[in-house]
Amino acid sequence: MRAADALMESLKAEGVEHIFGIPGGANLPTYDALVDADFRHIQVRHEQGGGHAAEGYAKASGRVGVAFATSGPGATNLVTAIADAMMDSVPTVFVTGQVRTELIGTDGFQEADILGATLPFVKHSFQVTDPRQIPEYVHEAFHVASTGRPGPVLLDVPQDLSRADIDYAPRTEPVELAGYKPASGGNLKQVRIAAKALANARRPILYTGGGVVNANASEELREFATSDRFPVTSTLMGLGSFPASHEQWLGMLGMHGTVTANWAMDNADLIVAIGARFDDRITGKLAEFAPHAKIIHLDIDPAEISKNVGAHIPIVGDAKLVLPELTREYRALQTDPSRLDAWWKQLTGWQDEHPLHYEPAKDSEIKPQFMIEAMHRATKGDAIVTSDVGQHQMWAAQYYGFEKPRRWINSGGLGTMGFGLPAAVGAKVACPDDDVVCLAGDGSLIMNCQELATCVSEEIPVKVFLMNNGYMGMVRQWQELFWDRRYSAVAMGPSPDWVKLAEAFGATGIRCEDSADLEETMATALETDGPVLLDVRVTQEENCYPMIPPGQAARDMVEDPKMVS
Amino acid sequence: MEAGTPQLVKLEDLHVPGQLSGRKHILSILVENKPGVLARIAGLFSRRGFNIDTLAVGPTDDPSISRITLTLDGAVHPIDQVTKQLHKLVNVLKIRDMEPEETVAREMAMFKVSSSVESRAEIIQFAEIFRAKVIDVSRRTMTIEVTGSADKIEAFERMLRPHGLIEMVRTGEIAIARGGD
Repeated sequence: MRAADALMESLKAEGVEHIFGIPGGANLPTYDALVDADFRHIQVRHEQGGGHAAEGYAKASGRVGVAFATSGPGATNLVTAIADAMMDSVPTVFVTGQVRTELIGTDGFQEADILGATLPFVKHSFQVTDPRQIPEYVHEAFHVASTGRPGPVLLDVPQDLSRADIDYAPRTEPVELAGYKPASGGNLKQVRIAAKALANARRPILYTGGGVVNANASEELREFATSDRFPVTSTLMGLGSFPASHEQWLGMLGMHGTVTANWAMDNADLIVAIGARFDDRITGKLAEFAPHAKIIHLDIDPAEISKNVGAHIPIVGDAKLVLPELTREYRALQTDPSRLDAWWKQLTGWQDEHPLHYEPAKDSEIKPQFMIEAMHRATKGDAIVTSDVGQHQMWAAQYYGFEKPRRWINSGGLGTMGFGLPAAVGAKVACPDDDVVCLAGDGSLIMNCQELATCVSEEIPVKVFLMNNGYMGMVRQWQELFWDRRYSAVAMGPSPDWVKLAEAFGATGIRCEDSADLEETMATALETDGPVLLDVRVTQEENCYPMIPPGQAARDMVEDPKMVS
Repeated sequence: MEAGTPQLVKLEDLHVPGQLSGRKHILSILVENKPGVLARIAGLFSRRGFNIDTLAVGPTDDPSISRITLTLDGAVHPIDQVTKQLHKLVNVLKIRDMEPEETVAREMAMFKVSSSVESRAEIIQFAEIFRAKVIDVSRRTMTIEVTGSADKIEAFERMLRPHGLIEMVRTGEIAIARGGD
């Protein structure tokens, strides 16, 4: 069998149904094999879009996302998406074409050392040196990408090798890699110590992250949290793994988290970190982070434990397996639930005094926070929301109120502007029956707006809700607050006309400038067939609060512009 | 049960173990003998800001496996974090943080020193004391090979330096565990 056909067979054996990509010289054999293979291939318009679409697909479905690109510029265009998938632990497999073997190392046409270029950003990578490796490497790639802490795997296939003839037999045994043994269940002794420490805690808090989503452990988290009245906060990446409507939910923590969540961390005596990695956007000034707290750190990646913040009780394991053990051990201790009364009194006091708030508009102006609330109502809080990066992302995280996991798809670690639209393409392909809304910023959307053509041509009815404030708003906010309002290269100017742009792509374009019409216009956009771009003109210079100023501690959180010094 | 009874864990009794050992560590790493493995390890060290003091790579008794021996300063780098990051590389099979008391470590070095007729005897005497071998001689230079611990090699270097050290080449340490296991 031709090796390129064996590549298709191996992908099929891994359960692949959808592939995002663009052909080129070096992956012509792959695309030739694709003609007879039974995949849905989504022809994106830029490889970066293909990469983010694969990520959106993986985040929405929990399955491995797959993207193809050719050698050289095709492959380097994938690099941002690969780095993004690494930072957010997204199970993805990227298959790049490479120049013919005899050209490798000669600076051949469209040659780039993509293996070398992506070394810092991959969980693992392979370059095929013998065509018989192709099926084996595909299975290994899927195994590594999808198990343990998920991540991106690159498979680089020289053109000549994918044309070679090989014997192909479907693989029957599971993949075994001598140097790769992902953790599963936690150490029971450690779990018991954690339960006993929790039983003694007076001010505990559960700090949960994207690992809970990746582990599909939302139910287990809820069981654990409600085994007592443990307050729950989450990182940006973990939103939805604990329902926002739950009485134990404190809101997101971190730089733009709620006052209560951040002050709770600052005052806690015991923090249970679950699938979270103490990123600088969470800790703020590290030396002053959670000064009173002991740390229980549960993570599937041992290298995350004590990387940024030392763990008093480390537990390496899969949250889905460890949380039920922890719940059982904790319940067996039969603790007195009233011991958390004082803590909850303090927490609810903060919630009452420092809720998320904004100054409502006095006229028809659309406040960005109001736009998110309207979006919540129009989608009944049940859409899959992808987002770009910036203020709109933070407002969505604050105001949308995610009830379920895999409904909030954004670029957290790398903070990739332009992520939202291609990610929505992938999410809609994965979940065709769900409403998929891309909440975009105008600075971000332009970076990958070519994927509107993908939406139209491939009939992927994504709804883009553009929060258009005419600025790269978060950068503008920082320039205003920390750089004496010396605006530098943040205004977006009058271009493009988004409605006309949408129409030029063959999508529906709608504009909304009046808050009274917004919810209804959103409903219309959702009901309209095909892709829709809704250009919502919001307050131009609104700032996102509350905020922990960069390099400061949680207790320095500011809720009001007058407090920023 | 009353919260705070002795069988529960008192929070004030919980401590985080220190991250820095304060001494030199020799890591003996078995890796798959595949292209790019060294680049992965070197890249990991550079992007995480870990500084390698010495590095030696060679084959093992199994041709599909190579051994990388590297030394780094545990006063600067949290060794636990270094080894955990290394373990994440799929091509890394086994890492051993060699215990100093249970390890024999050796390094080879070659020194080229300028040697006049008058100084030659003294240099040869030093070489004998350090069990070093003269492996090349020219009219104005001598080249000496020495094997031993890094400390011994540095001591030998201090003896030779006053004679005019022209060039020094060191392999970096390799290490093996004492006794049987």
